[in-house]
Amino acid sequence: MTSETIAGPADAGTDAAASPHGHLQAQVRWRWVEIAFWLATLLPFVLTPDYLVLASQIAIAGLFALSLDLILGFSGIISLGHAAYFGVGAYTAGLLSVWGWGEPLSGLLIAGLVTGLFGYVTSFVIVRFRHLALIMITLGLGLLLQEAANSAGWLTGGFDGLQGINTWPILQTLDFDLYGYTAYSYSLAVLFVIFLIARRLVHSPFGLALRGIRENNHRMPAIGAPVHSHSRTIYTLAAGIAGIAGALLTETTQTVSLEVLGFQRSADVLVMLIIGGTGRLYGGLVGAVVYMVARDQFSGLNPQYWYFWIGLLLIGVVMFLPTGILGGVAFVAERLKAAVARKRPWTKAP
Amino acid sequence: MPPVLGVIFDGIAYGMLLFLMSVGLSVTLGMMNFINLAHLSFAMVGGYVCVVLMNTYGWPFFATLPVAFIAAAALSVVLERLFFRRFYNAGELPQCLITIGVVFVSIAAAAYLFGTDLQPVHLPAYLNSSIKFGGLDLAVYRLVLIAIALAITILLVVTVEATRFGAQVRAAVNNQRMARGLGIDVERLFSVTFALGSGLAGLGGALAINMLGLDPSFPLTYVIYVLIVVAVGGLGSIAGTFAAAMLLGVADMAGKYYIPALGSVLIYLVMLVMITWRPSGLFGRR
Amino acid sequence: MQKVVIGCACAFFGLALAALGLYPAAAADTIKIGLIMCYSGQFADTATQMDNAIKLYMKENGDTVAGKKIVIIRKDTGGIAPDVAKRLAQEAIVRDHADILAGWILTPNALAGGDVSKEAKKFMVVMNAATSIIITKSPYMVRTSVTTPQENYPFGKWVVQQGIKNVYTMYSGYGPGIDAQKWFAKGVVDGGGKIVGSVAFPVGNPDFSSFVERAKDLHPQAIYIWVPGGAQPAAIAKALAERGIDPKKTKILGQGELTSDSALKTIGDGGIGFLTTQNYDYYLQNPLNKKFVKDYQAEFHRTPDIFSIGGYDGMHLIYAALEKTKGNTDGEALIAAAKGMSWQSPRGPITINPKTRDIVQTIYIRRVEKTADGLRNVVIDTIPNVEDPGNPAYRGN
Repeated sequence: MTSETIAGPADAGTDAAASPHGHLQAQVRWRWVEIAFWLATLLPFVLTPDYLVLASQIAIAGLFALSLDLILGFSGIISLGHAAYFGVGAYTAGLLSVWGWGEPLSGLLIAGLVTGLFGYVTSFVIVRFRHLALIMITLGLGLLLQEAANSAGWLTGGFDGLQGINTWPILQTLDFDLYGYTAYSYSLAVLFVIFLIARRLVHSPFGLALRGIRENNHRMPAIGAPVHSHSRTIYTLAAGIAGIAGALLTETTQTVSLEVLGFQRSADVLVMLIIGGTGRLYGGLVGAVVYMVARDQFSGLNPQYWYFWIGLLLIGVVMFLPTGILGGVAFVAERLKAAVARKRPWTKAP
Repeated sequence: MPPVLGVIFDGIAYGMLLFLMSVGLSVTLGMMNFINLAHLSFAMVGGYVCVVLMNTYGWPFFATLPVAFIAAAALSVVLERLFFRRFYNAGELPQCLITIGVVFVSIAAAAYLFGTDLQPVHLPAYLNSSIKFGGLDLAVYRLVLIAIALAITILLVVTVEATRFGAQVRAAVNNQRMARGLGIDVERLFSVTFALGSGLAGLGGALAINMLGLDPSFPLTYVIYVLIVVAVGGLGSIAGTFAAAMLLGVADMAGKYYIPALGSVLIYLVMLVMITWRPSGLFGRR
Repeated sequence: MQKVVIGCACAFFGLALAALGLYPAAAADTIKIGLIMCYSGQFADTATQMDNAIKLYMKENGDTVAGKKIVIIRKDTGGIAPDVAKRLAQEAIVRDHADILAGWILTPNALAGGDVSKEAKKFMVVMNAATSIIITKSPYMVRTSVTTPQENYPFGKWVVQQGIKNVYTMYSGYGPGIDAQKWFAKGVVDGGGKIVGSVAFPVGNPDFSSFVERAKDLHPQAIYIWVPGGAQPAAIAKALAERGIDPKKTKILGQGELTSDSALKTIGDGGIGFLTTQNYDYYLQNPLNKKFVKDYQAEFHRTPDIFSIGGYDGMHLIYAALEKTKGNTDGEALIAAAKGMSWQSPRGPITINPKTRDIVQTIYIRRVEKTADGLRNVVIDTIPNVEDPGNPAYRGN
């Protein structure tokens, strides 16, 4: 098995060296487009200062989608209940604040740890299933948790949501403002840091093994990869990241209610990730931008029937770009590159 | 002890309602491997057809049922030709996405065409009454549901097991390439199967609105229940779907009667236990 | 190759955001009202009814107040989503320069909106959300709908006065249902009656037979039912009829949603005799209401409901307060104008309590009867000047 087949189509076209080590090295290097992408995330501060609150929620949705990408795109675990982890993180941060600890950074960390622990416990069940059974198990866990949170009104505030959340200023200086400057700066910074970690992770030998599991989980044990324990590790990590995303939402909006755990949120994040393209790290981010901006614009233009347009958008994306926006772009780019290579046979084709 | 029997009767009737809404999905998902999250959009079409025919044109309830079936099936054929057929071999994620897209469009379209309010369902008085039988109040509508569900189960099992069409479908499911090689028109077969599944959804929708109500959010509100029934029953197994619907219906009703505090979570708990025990469903093949 | 992928991605990102930048600035002679409601999703019909009434009010009274043009900005929360509601409120203020925040159908969303109103010092009119504590979230907030305790506490007392001593209660096990049951039960107990048992339904429960069976086993004099509007009133009425519970022998009590117009259409004659409490019904026989209903029906081909009246009176309050401040949209000025305001609404006389900023109004006890017009909620008793017993500032009980 060559490294290319393990890496799958997402990585086709990189100047992969023959050795796995070289392959990873090549991927770890930063490309100018990536740098440009992250610079572009600063544009809202200048171009659309009225949209910073939306931008902060897009960043949070992007982080949540990134967490789903780690399990779905890189290890093939499909989940319709990922909001369970988002919600646990959101409530952890909210409860900490209600109980008198509103410091945001440590709140994120604690929420991430609590959710990671919850993810670790549930991962023992999750990794045993695949396909429809897996979808139903994750869906069931999510729904159970939401019902439990509804019943435990004394803890969660029930339907009305948790009241009395007060996030302290970040580093005791930056307070959360009406315009969302702080909210977006903070969300973006957290997203970037976690993205760096995730990026490092998927380009490590561990990440390579995960993709092997995604492609063929029967053969991986044969080359000595512990499928279940690898899957559990990434699931735990992804849960922790989802928890941090949830905690971010709590801290920036200072509200939590039952819908953070809801089916709708699980479905939305899945939709965002598929729109953007799975297994590419950037897919969830692009999907979050497209989906949330589209929602915001359509619902602003047509508050009652905007579902129609968002539905058409989904149908359009999947009809013309079945592997998501980034998948489509990759396909076109590959074609272009091949065409160029044909015209100039002296350059080395990948 | 009469309450026990009453609870079981209600549970079976509720299960049959779940069965009628889910069996079509079991057919399309199980036989064609197509995750149709828009299944209940077809059920909603059936529901609106039934309501409009009854309220605007004064049709009797039972006369609207075949029309609900045909309307949902016809619409599904159009959508299948336009969109869905391209995704039969595309994997589950694009299938989820396109069908969710269809759900969103159908919700907005229903709100636009019929308004956001709940549609009133007027049934003839005899359907709303109940019969006394051995100390039990048996609601006539529930008896009707059970009878129709049984009839459909038998019809479907016979169709799949004993007709030429059924044999072709089974062949195509087991080995598409081989089936093609034997001269079976798999495309047409899948179109017909998809239409059948969606038609059943339309029929189920028309029968369900009396108990569940009908407004534009219908396709999203009940999709979880339908998925649960199909997953517990096992893909493509009509008998499995029937058994799962019955089990979940009775468990749900009994749970609500005896341990109301657990009422809301019981159906999920049963689902989790069943799937942990049998990941491919009660009578699942895979 | 990967370069191109991400390059395109970031180009898209930039474009998407750049496309957002172009919006017209606020003109000085307009007053903008940000209507934040759930126009889509499960509660879409509530928003439809409220929006209809707002349109009707503006058609009847023109779109100019104190020489300024009223502009409505509609924002959809899509259901229960306090994070979205809060963002929409923030955006309405910073992006669209809204002067007033109105609408607010669901409690969690209204609570989140309260924070924004308080911080931005913007006048906020809650036109539906019915939990008592909402009003405490911002000093610039008023409510023109009703609160759950306001309907249910006096109803509980009234029930006992009618000689009903033991009541079984059944309710949806989430916020509003729990609240309603709590205050109804408090009313019953304070009146000298007894709650013989109660059960909470799962939210969105489709079939109530087994719950009704349980209630029946206890043979209470009356059964109190709280379910949200939508499909559930009809489903529970069906279960009652099927279980052979006769409203003439066992009284069926509830909050008005149980016998709303759309619910009665489906319930049919099985609903005759149901006793419900509410602050408004389109069948109220006063001339103001008759005109309101007639105009509403002519415009939208359906009858108004409590959501409509909340929106209609909310718009009246906004118009009247703006007249008083001569178009000044400052939060302090508007709330000062709104405090203590009193007027005749189609639902009867209403007042904004200057201390609590909450609504004071008549509560109607109605019975479903077969009238010449069909099944209607006929008022059999009225309880005037009801304050919100759930408000912490109110010491009336």
